[in-house]
Amino acid sequence: MAYGYYPGCSLEHSAAAYDDSTRAVARAMGVDLVELDDWNCCGATEYIALSRTGAYALIGRNLALAEAQLAGKNGGGKAVLAAPCSACFLNLSKAEHYVESHPDLADQMNEALAAGGLHHTPGTVEVRHLVEVLVTDVGLEAIRARVKRPLHALRVAPYYGCLLTRPQIPGHTMDEAEYPSFLDDLLRALGAEVVDFPLKTHCCGGHMTQISADTSNALLHRLLKSAAEYRADLVATVCPMCQLNLDAYQSQVNRAYGTDFDLPILYFTQLMGLAFGLDAAALGLGKEIVSAERALAKVGVERPAPPPAPARPAGRRKGDKSLPMPRRKAHHGRARTS
Amino acid sequence: MHQTAPRGTFLAEVMEQTPGGEALQTCLQCGTCGGSCPSGPDMDHTPRSVFALVAAGEREAVLKSNTPWYCVSCYYCMVRCPQEIPVTDVMYTLRRMSASAGAHENGDVADFSRTFIDLVERYGRSFELELAARYHLTHSPLKKMSQGPLAIGMVLKDRLSFRPKRIRDLAGFKAVLAKAKAIEKRLVARSRGEGH
Amino acid sequence: MSDAPKNGRGNGGPRVGVYVCHCGSNIAGMVDVAEVARWAGEGLPGVVVARDYKFMCSSLGQEMIEEDIRQQKLDRVVVAACSPHLHEKTFRRACANAGLNPFLFQMANIREHVSWCSEEKGPATDKARATLAGAVRRVAHQRALEPMAVKVNPATLVVGGGIAGIQAALELADAGLPVTLVEREPSIGGHMAQFDKTFPTLDCAACILTPRMSEVGQHENVTLLSYAEVEEVKGSIGDFTVTIRRKARYVKEDACTGCGVCIEKCPQSVVDDVYEAGLGYRKAIYRPFPQAVPKYPVIDTACCTYFKSGKCKACQIFCTPGAVDFEQRDETVELHVGNIILATGYELFDCTRIPQYGYGRLANVFTSLEFERLCNAAGPTTGKIVLRDGVTEPKRVAVVHCVGSRDTRHHEYCSAVCCMSALKFGHLILEKTKAEVWSFYIDMRPLHKGYEEFYHRLLKEGMHFVRGRVAEVTDAARLPGEEGKLIVQYEDTLLGRQRRLPVDMVLLMGALEPRADAKANALKFGLSCSMDGWLTERHPKLDPVATMTDGVFIAGACQGPKDIPDSVAQGAAAAARVHGMISRGQVLIEPVVAQIDEEHCSGCRVCNTMCPFNAIEYVAAETVSRINPAMCKGCGTCVAACPAGVITGNHFDNTQVFSEIEGVLWDAAV
Repeated sequence: MAYGYYPGCSLEHSAAAYDDSTRAVARAMGVDLVELDDWNCCGATEYIALSRTGAYALIGRNLALAEAQLAGKNGGGKAVLAAPCSACFLNLSKAEHYVESHPDLADQMNEALAAGGLHHTPGTVEVRHLVEVLVTDVGLEAIRARVKRPLHALRVAPYYGCLLTRPQIPGHTMDEAEYPSFLDDLLRALGAEVVDFPLKTHCCGGHMTQISADTSNALLHRLLKSAAEYRADLVATVCPMCQLNLDAYQSQVNRAYGTDFDLPILYFTQLMGLAFGLDAAALGLGKEIVSAERALAKVGVERPAPPPAPARPAGRRKGDKSLPMPRRKAHHGRARTS
Repeated sequence: MHQTAPRGTFLAEVMEQTPGGEALQTCLQCGTCGGSCPSGPDMDHTPRSVFALVAAGEREAVLKSNTPWYCVSCYYCMVRCPQEIPVTDVMYTLRRMSASAGAHENGDVADFSRTFIDLVERYGRSFELELAARYHLTHSPLKKMSQGPLAIGMVLKDRLSFRPKRIRDLAGFKAVLAKAKAIEKRLVARSRGEGH
Repeated sequence: MSDAPKNGRGNGGPRVGVYVCHCGSNIAGMVDVAEVARWAGEGLPGVVVARDYKFMCSSLGQEMIEEDIRQQKLDRVVVAACSPHLHEKTFRRACANAGLNPFLFQMANIREHVSWCSEEKGPATDKARATLAGAVRRVAHQRALEPMAVKVNPATLVVGGGIAGIQAALELADAGLPVTLVEREPSIGGHMAQFDKTFPTLDCAACILTPRMSEVGQHENVTLLSYAEVEEVKGSIGDFTVTIRRKARYVKEDACTGCGVCIEKCPQSVVDDVYEAGLGYRKAIYRPFPQAVPKYPVIDTACCTYFKSGKCKACQIFCTPGAVDFEQRDETVELHVGNIILATGYELFDCTRIPQYGYGRLANVFTSLEFERLCNAAGPTTGKIVLRDGVTEPKRVAVVHCVGSRDTRHHEYCSAVCCMSALKFGHLILEKTKAEVWSFYIDMRPLHKGYEEFYHRLLKEGMHFVRGRVAEVTDAARLPGEEGKLIVQYEDTLLGRQRRLPVDMVLLMGALEPRADAKANALKFGLSCSMDGWLTERHPKLDPVATMTDGVFIAGACQGPKDIPDSVAQGAAAAARVHGMISRGQVLIEPVVAQIDEEHCSGCRVCNTMCPFNAIEYVAAETVSRINPAMCKGCGTCVAACPAGVITGNHFDNTQVFSEIEGVLWDAAV
């Protein structure tokens, strides 16, 4: 199956490591990524601040291009556009959903697109985040099978950020807005020890670094503090904005709070590539501001096997006064699709 | 849902410019949005408070508020709101209104978006170096200095491009955006109850 | 096709009396009623007297009709007035008083259908004429009908042994009537048996409930079938046949003395998910709680060592009267009853569905039912309010309102009892510990007698109240004082500020939900559920315990979230309705039912599946379908569906309907 690939502006340069590692991993997994020809910026969270129609037209142009270029590529199935950046993913998928459910929005978007000789039929493009494509379509088993250098001894904090899991667009295969686990599972498949730090979907602040340093520092500080408290060796991200904020502004946070965080922030694709035994330079390693060298030295170091679990006595142990934890299964935070 | 606020009121205007905005008239003022917001403590009005002001027609107070500009688009409010109000989208609408009214006291923040958009309209892609340079130099030259070490670090790691990337069909792209501007003008006027 | 039926008065055609009501100015203000009456008298077929009058429904108006029936020898009556929903009964009764069969009466609605929806007098009067003409033409073809009498079996089935079911059963039993009470769990008592205290009186729940439970267990008129479920319901009002499965207890009830040694000796301990809300343990052979009625234990075969591996048998070994019987089987019982009362109660919302509150992940987040067990002196901690470690006392407790309620993502409705429960919990915590209690609400809803006063009491006792729905409960410390605590993050909406409160324990006031099998159960009894899943009452304002299925009633939380007083009231109300019918000895079924012309029925059975009330049976021996008039509601679906057209709807047959249409079109060009 061919996936349209929408890298987004950040992956061109500031997050080139994400682009490099994505392409390397895709090649290794036999995933065919075809970059969308002549794609434009998705507008981030900026365009919508000045013009709604403009924002939809901007995004709509990409959807129109995807529709035109990817039609028929999947034997009659929908065109699938994979985006590695959470903000691009959210913009594209949300716009597609909104124009599908609000015909007047679709009309306005197409009226603008017509001026450039373009048109987009709502509902013809499926926009998906890269990580979800890998977990769902490729599958954890296939990923696990490709691992040559398991990331044992590496404690990784999975950082989902906001826009990958929220808001909940109907048709998303990921229905966990608050406590998702698919990235944890992927990292585990690579052999890493996954750290379940509680702020894994809390916000990095996005562009707040440019608006208010105080707010941005506060948000970044609490994320770094939590990951550090849970003794993470590094943080795995799925978004170039999150990576940039946590990485490039880490020293600013240290200055503001008098802390000494030294937590490398990598892309999950870089970790996948490492585990697959691919060349570190080809994965863009070394481009991170807070160096990952020390943490990555742990890769390949065997972790001692955990001690065997003690035989559980039937029923309760004498003198144990603790109360049992709830045991019911849940549909975590499934949003109602109306 | 059918929106029932009278034509021309501030509430009607906000609802009409927001996809799914009719839900705003069902706000219970429960405070979940204000409680969830990561930048809430730094806002002069919590999101909930802003909605109360909108419903009360306090246009000036809302457009002057820093709240829409401090929204980080984390969408916690939107997934937790018990009335399924598209809170983040309402914030975007308020940004648009605030920017076009030039009302927000700290004009900086709208300028960041304006600069970003100007670059995208010119190249078809964003260009961080020029964005940072123009925005920080015009607004806070001192801040620019403090960002120095950061910029140097990025350059050393080859993460800062010195040249913008341009898309091929810039002409078509610009035509689309120009048309979008005209449509937006028409829609905003209609939501304010102007003309027909 | 039939001519007007013989009226037995020696004349050929019908003698129709027409009465046009002014209804004050409600009709007369828009319709020229005098003119309509005059026109009817002069031009409509069969009309021998036509009057207009200010208020036909008044006693004078009714007497006018009765007089005319006698004096003018009327055999049909038409009243043009308001909606039949209001006064059809009134005028039918007037006819009956004068000796005229009530089904030879027809009403023409010229108020709701004409006056109240018209804007000009001319057209309104024309429409009134047409409406009246339709009724006059129709009434000529109406036949005399007699309601059917169905004997009512004085026995009643009550399904569900919670407080509502117990109340209903005792009311009927005390009146000397036989009642069978079926309860799914090993003991009656329902959710109320799990509670510690009840609001606002702070009565001990068990203390006020257990006497009722004993009464039920010992009452000579009550047959208690516990650990049993209804499998099938057949029949209709007055005469239901119910099949009940009595699940095997593996304990012989006639031998068991209730001594409890078996329970003591059982080596297998499991988490009790039902009665202890997952917070405590029970054995494989167990009684849900010490005051269980009946007292007989039950073996849970899913965790019993004997049933899993053939070993142990400790209970049997130690049972002196030899009451343990591993060979016992489920038993099916068939009952005949005249009426059924459903009081199946509610379930608590699964709080793991709101992950940001941390239930299931953060140890010290509890649900309301878990907390009831914690407070209860007979509970897993003998009434000590402690954290999940079973030892530590909390110093600060947060109570979160509206968990799953008032939330379009889960349940739009308000669960009615949680605000009061929250106050109750606050009181208990303040009384039993030195902890601070903080309530986080959207609105405070202490609605009934003594409830607002209870709220004031808690204000005076020092409970803290914050108006703000909790955004999240987390263990990620950020500010000083938060290390090792649970933090409740919220906006204090009255201050307009986001805040964080470190606490030791969080109580979630989960929504009340319909039982998971409510819908399946409803179908069994011929009932329907609302969009939210609650059983549907006949009328939400005026008839909350009856349903659209005659003879089946609902009571308590299964109809919608409510507190104990309301559940008791509904249980009593349902019992009173049933008692009323039993007193009459029979119920009259409206004869507006469908009838199958069996001679011409081909046995195609299309109508069988069409009937929404399961009123049509196929009689294989005669290869015809037959309608049970007691269950038929006269909806007309089968009449329309029958491919051979051999089903007639009484009082709505083709001739009657077509003649009404012809009447309405009286001035149409031919």
